[in-house]
Formats: sequence, structure tokens, C-alpha cells
Amino acid sequence: MLSKKEKKLIKEIWERLTPVAEDIGSDALLRMFASYPGTKTYFSHLDISPGSAHLYSHGKKIVLAIAEGAKDISQLTVTLAPLQTLHAYQLRIDPTNFKLLSHCMLVTLACYLGEEFTPVAHAAIDKYLSAFAAVLSEKYR
Amino acid sequence: MVEWTDAERKAITTLWSQIDVGEIGPQALTRLLVVYPWTQRHFGSFGNLSTYAAIVGNAKVANHGKTVMGGLESAVKNLDNIKKTYAKLSVMHSEKLHVDPDNFRTLAECISVVVAAKFGPSVFTPGFQEAWQKFLAVVVSALGRQYH
Repeated sequence: MLSKKEKKLIKEIWERLTPVAEDIGSDALLRMFASYPGTKTYFSHLDISPGSAHLYSHGKKIVLAIAEGAKDISQLTVTLAPLQTLHAYQLRIDPTNFKLLSHCMLVTLACYLGEEFTPVAHAAIDKYLSAFAAVLSEKYR
Repeated sequence: MVEWTDAERKAITTLWSQIDVGEIGPQALTRLLVVYPWTQRHFGSFGNLSTYAAIVGNAKVANHGKTVMGGLESAVKNLDNIKKTYAKLSVMHSEKLHVDPDNFRTLAECISVVVAAKFGPSVFTPGFQEAWQKFLAVVVSALGRQYH
């Protein structure tokens, strides 16, 4: 459950991160690939080495989608409908991996925001990313 | 037997040498209680945990955070024998404290976030994070090992 205050906080934070979407996104992905090598199996078609163009563009895509959803969290199912279909029928990423990326996203945010990534902000964003992942996997079965 | 690369050993000892358990411990435990409020079930004797301010200002939380974080010292000093080092603590968490071992994993995640916030991206690189998380995962596994 997200309170009004939390939704506002989440929206503000992701708005601020939008200009640096490719830095945030690529950092989170790199962390995930380093700590959870199994996740690399979904990217055999891309060059995911540090600094690669693919890594930046893919990281950017992910962060922008998260930021888009944050603009109106109550409409998450509507906003994510196309991505739901993509993940369910084409990508078919095992949903346990969403948790791994979410954790690495939190670590990236902690690294870049430092003290500003307060326990309250951490809680709100963790809840949001869980909700995002749940919606994303809704069409799986 | 856990195998550590030289790089992993270096990352773990480098991070540990710069960690102040009195600072990181309380922050990590506070995050656990705030981000995953159901974990408060284990701390009925800690007094008021009903609001964010209450948790942050709670001396028992701070003290306990320091104790738990300090408990990692023996793992850092015994990287090749973590399972045995934590056998007794594992029994205690199972039989006396009745803590679901899943909570160890959750606390480990909170510790990593606090360490990341403290050290920033140039120290807490993806490589360091991998080593640190592997270290915590081994500790978590050892703590759950004696449950039956």
C-alpha cells in the first residue's frame, strides 16, 4: 500500500533521475550482472560489457519506463500494458529476476543519493518497484 | 567450502576496515524495521516502534544494530570457516529466538544499501558489491544452517 505522501516522493525522485536515466540504468544492470550472473543469460543478443552503447540504451529504457509509471502510480496497469505483453509473450523473463534488478536499483540509488536515500525513501521505492514487477508479470499466466 | 578469489578477499577486508559498526549497524537495523515493518515482531521488548521517529530514536534498536553488525567481525576474520564459526549462533536463532532465516537475507540487503549509501559508487563498485553480497550470503547461509 502506498500513501499519498509516498506516491509524491516516488514521483519526485524518478523525475529527478530521468535526465541521468542511462547512468542509473546501466549502473543497476552492471551490478545485477556482477552479483547474479544467471541474469546475463537474458542478454546474449546484446553487448553488456561496462560502457557499451547497448548497456546505456537498455538501462535508459528501463529507468524511463519506471519513471513513466511513477507519474501516476494508480494507473500502473494501464501504463504498463504494452510492456506486460512484451514480457509475458516475448521476453518471458523469470519474475524472480525482477527482485534482483530491484535490489540493485536500490543499491544504485543509495550510491548516488547517499544520505538523501533515507529509510522512508527506501521503503517507498522498494514498495513501488515490487508493485511495478507484479504488474509487469500479470499476463504471464 | 567457500572459494574466495583474492579480489573478493581484498574487497571484503577493505570494506570492513572502513565500516564503523556503531554507525552502519543501527542504520541497517532501522532500515529493516522501517522498510519491512513485519520484522518488528521480533522486537516486542524494544518499546515504541510505532513511528519512523520512534524507531530512529530508539536506543535499544541502535544498540542491537551495533551488536549484530559487530557479529560480522568473526566472519571477516574466519572467511574460510564461516559455517563452523556461526554454528552456535545459528542454533540460538533457531531454538531460542525463533527467527525465520529469510529475515537474515532481508537484513543483509539492508546492510548492503546502507554500505552503498555510505561509500558511494566509486568505492562500492559492482565488483565490490558482488564480493560483499557473496560474503553476506555465506554468513546468512551459516546462520540458517543449524535449523531443523
